[in-house]
Amino acid sequence: MDGETEQSGVAAIEGRGVSRAFGGVHAVENASFAVRAGEVHALVGENGAGKSTLIRILGGLIRPDGGEIRVGDETVSFATPRDAHARGIRTVFQELTLFPAMSVAENLLLGHEPRGPSGLIRRSALDGAAEAALAGLGITHIDPRALVEETSLAERQVIEIARAVLRAPRVLFLDEPTSALVEHEVEWLFAIVRRLRGEGRAVVFTSHRWREVASIADRITIMRNGTEVGTFPTIEESEAVRLMTGRRVGALYPPLAPAPTGDTVLAAEHLEGPGFRDVSFRLGRGEILGFGGLTGHGHRELFLSLFGAAPLSGGALRVGGKPLHPRRPRDAMAAGIALIPEDRKTEGLLLPMSVRDNLTLALIDLLCRAGVIARGRERSMAQRMVATLQIKTPSLAQAVGNLSGGNQQKVLLGRWLLAEPQVLLLSDVTRGVDVATKSEIYELIMRLAAGGRGVLLYSSDALELSHLCHRVLVMREGRIVRELAAGGFTAEDVVAAAVGETQLAA
Amino acid sequence: MSASLAAPARLTRVRRYLLHNLGLNLALALLVVVVALYCGVYFAQQGRFPGNFELTSTVDNTMPLVLAAIAQTLVVLTRGIDLSIGGMMDLTNALAAAHMKAGIGSMLGWSALILAVGAGLGLVNGLLVAYGRLQPILVTLATLSIFQGLAIRVLPDPGGAIPQAYTDALVNTSAPWALVYVVALALLWLGFRRSALGVALFAVGNDERAARANGIDVIRTKLAAYMMGGVFAALAGLVLAATATSGDATTGDGFTLRSVVAVVLGGVSLFGGRGSAIGAMAGAFITMMIVNVLFFTAIDPLYQSFFEGLFLVVVVVLGAVIGRRFRRG
Ligand SMILES: Nc1ncnc2c1ncn2[C@@H]1O[C@H](COP(=O)(O)OP(=O)(O)OP(=O)(O)O)[C@@H](O)[C@H]1O
Ligand SMILES: [Mg+2]
Repeated sequence: MDGETEQSGVAAIEGRGVSRAFGGVHAVENASFAVRAGEVHALVGENGAGKSTLIRILGGLIRPDGGEIRVGDETVSFATPRDAHARGIRTVFQELTLFPAMSVAENLLLGHEPRGPSGLIRRSALDGAAEAALAGLGITHIDPRALVEETSLAERQVIEIARAVLRAPRVLFLDEPTSALVEHEVEWLFAIVRRLRGEGRAVVFTSHRWREVASIADRITIMRNGTEVGTFPTIEESEAVRLMTGRRVGALYPPLAPAPTGDTVLAAEHLEGPGFRDVSFRLGRGEILGFGGLTGHGHRELFLSLFGAAPLSGGALRVGGKPLHPRRPRDAMAAGIALIPEDRKTEGLLLPMSVRDNLTLALIDLLCRAGVIARGRERSMAQRMVATLQIKTPSLAQAVGNLSGGNQQKVLLGRWLLAEPQVLLLSDVTRGVDVATKSEIYELIMRLAAGGRGVLLYSSDALELSHLCHRVLVMREGRIVRELAAGGFTAEDVVAAAVGETQLAA
Repeated sequence: MSASLAAPARLTRVRRYLLHNLGLNLALALLVVVVALYCGVYFAQQGRFPGNFELTSTVDNTMPLVLAAIAQTLVVLTRGIDLSIGGMMDLTNALAAAHMKAGIGSMLGWSALILAVGAGLGLVNGLLVAYGRLQPILVTLATLSIFQGLAIRVLPDPGGAIPQAYTDALVNTSAPWALVYVVALALLWLGFRRSALGVALFAVGNDERAARANGIDVIRTKLAAYMMGGVFAALAGLVLAATATSGDATTGDGFTLRSVVAVVLGGVSLFGGRGSAIGAMAGAFITMMIVNVLFFTAIDPLYQSFFEGLFLVVVVVLGAVIGRRFRRG
């Protein structure tokens, strides 16, 4: 391995033979990883490969069971992230760490607030300081006075990144920073990353999108089963995937079956609700209808309203020919609609509960015999989903909160697939899912569609939309502004339509 | 910078202020309502409005609960709860009645000592919760009994005496002096809210894991919260002793639940991380006004707690409904 040559220069931070187990699960085992100053280093691997665990160790959030951490030419031991901060090491963890009931400004400047002579925080200066700090990073769309809970998921990710960058770290770890971001937000992030690199700082990031890795990483470290497989200056995607998975993987996007001409399963006419207006479309059986657009332009609200989780204030909705006015998710579910939301932490999973319970939650009624859950059937159904989606978990009884980020996402997807709905609302379903499993999920979605179901698919990934959907409706400011018809569009078309005349600020 | 993010849509100032301090604002509004109600009932009965005497006695009588409510707020904000507040008040109250003598030295010395005892009792709670990682409700339920037991040992029978000078210093029965304390406490709170510890307290209550990830010392923050809670509970015990001019080892018992009620009425979230001690102070006054109103409406004292409970339920439900309406806009 080329590990030997790397030892020559002093690393900005380095883990040597680091291990960490949870119960019987060896999340990271004898892994070595060195980051140089002034480089962008990508850490890639399958879901559950141990990337986040390694980052948590190097960021001081958890302690390793064994191995050594070195900063410069010193051996260090981090008891808490605070110790890492003191060494100029900042981390944006995969699970965001913002405070929902506190303002954006308070979150952003936590511990570094402007203070008066008394040592107390100057509230009057706080918002202005935050606004200036955000503007310095090119962020003008987030109100520093808003509470974090009032912001969108993408905005939270941006705030979290901004908070770490503002502390001018020598080493910045970004654990899947882009999974909640759309194209132009990723560009924004990469501009900042390049700037940090230019200042001689080190940036480590993880991503399941190869494009991103290829476009910005100076070096790439591949992990598999808790250990590093190797570090490479450049590597072909196919080779990297082979090293990550230990096998060859076919094309990421399976071929899309031709658009069906069957009957309509869902028809929306002039729908209106909070955040969207005058939305009309038809979804055919067997059709995968994409929704594109920047975050915050109404797709999220539309999906929530279709699912009955947000009010629908106008228009008409028909599912399977019957009118539907969902007032709560139960109504929508009864009509055969399932929603896979974008924020798995707050909108879907019960983190302390088991993988099995989470998978079968939507089926409880079905599984019950005289009020008692048929445990045998429940188990076999859960087992099947774990196998289909390759959910990496030591057992069905494991708490979902202990799974890796990508595997949590798979559990959420699995729940709704088990419910076998007529209409699936998918919101960024492959967020944080590794390449091999992405491909499986795409196939599964296509199979579901081919089986006569209708799929509405929002994705922040324009490539995904262009490969997966028969048609794409692009939303801007709560309205559908473009329809890109079957076959004849590319990812660039989606992006262009989403951005429209309201170009990226200069 | 070539890549920047834009698209504004912001709340107006007033709306945002009301929304972000909803609990506090509802509590203050409710206080105005119950005060008006009290004045109305009083007028109907007495043919005049309440005056200096009523104001003074009401404020004086509410002070122990105000302090207990602040103690409870500090702990609840960390997503905990302190059921031992009543026990701490019992113990500190008993200590004062049993030991304090006339003479400035004794009064000052014992006051300082008793406040330190309060901090110590809070520290015990804090250590068990923060280091022992035990449920606050279990820990403080256990220490409640322990503190109550200790109080009985210190002062087996009600009695003892509080020096008259001490009562005069802490409680002025001829003018609503205590309102000055209320204002001072509110100002103290506003200052605390802007201190590093104040921010840490809210952060821990919002999300403990996030707090740790952001370099906040979670254990120390929790210890501080329980200790400060202990100090305020001790202060409540002292004021209670001063008001009663004698001691009783069980007189604080009722304050555990009433402090929780005050906190809830004051819009402090029992899930931690949101709320204001000023709201809790208002909650204490609301509780007291309700008792006064019930007194005037000549409701059978046997039913008093029934009506207090009913009121609490109605207010909490109403608050939740208004909150939801308001948020939706
Ligand atoms: N607290 C925990 N308790 C139990 N198991 C854990 C815990 N944290 C991580 N694991 C396990 O360790 C393994 C590695 O997880 P990790 O989060 O590091 O993966 P990852 O490479 O970041 O994956 P992803 O791409 O999905 O985010 C997984 O199998 C996960 O289930
Ligand atoms: Mg991860």
